[in-house]
Amino acid sequence: MLHTVNKSSFERNSLKSCINTIDDTSVILLIEDGVISATKNINSSMIANLANQGRVYALQGDVEARGVSSKLVDNIKLVDYTGFVDLVVEHGTSVSWV
Amino acid sequence: MAIKKFMYLNRRSSFGTVYAIESLEVVLVAAAFDQDVSLAFIDDGVYQIIEGQNTNGIGMKNFSKTFHALGDYEINKLYVSAESLEERGLSADDLMPLVYEDEDDNWVEKSSVKVVSNAEISKIMSKQDVCFSF
Repeated sequence: MLHTVNKSSFERNSLKSCINTIDDTSVILLIEDGVISATKNINSSMIANLANQGRVYALQGDVEARGVSSKLVDNIKLVDYTGFVDLVVEHGTSVSWV
Repeated sequence: MAIKKFMYLNRRSSFGTVYAIESLEVVLVAAAFDQDVSLAFIDDGVYQIIEGQNTNGIGMKNFSKTFHALGDYEINKLYVSAESLEERGLSADDLMPLVYEDEDDNWVEKSSVKVVSNAEISKIMSKQDVCFSF
């Protein structure tokens, strides 16, 4: 499954809820303010392992808009909108953790 | 008109909601009325003034550039929470170099941005006539 998270982990607990709930084959795509969670900060331990397993993606346009391209947690994969569509196709059911 | 002290608390990042851009609009209104304006950037609000924002990929206006105009409106008291920066893995070096020209000091260009503790922001806030939270 594909899980999208669009809120900052400093503002909402949606990323935490998502991580607590997903199975071992699911991937997470961080979009909009969700990309704040793709940066190295006091909450990054939440996604570090998943990122090392290649299961965390972030939308490049949203990362660049926020000026945090150089701050990303290791092994997060950047995708553009086409890559977003590819993830939807590849992973079947999507969940938006709005 | 009597001059009042206005403080604007910017607590959210730039593009996920309209709060940030709306705050900036209201700040400019206060400036137009020659009020004493301070801005505080706390929590995710610190992301509003990160250097190097590029919105080409999301089709939204990059209003971070507008912060550079604040100095010309004599808005030169921008306080940034040190704690909020640190939690987010950020430092003063990641912020836009926002400046103003000091008319009391031969128009020398000075920084408008001060990184301060939350305790200091609290003190500054207590001296205001009006605080708006965005």
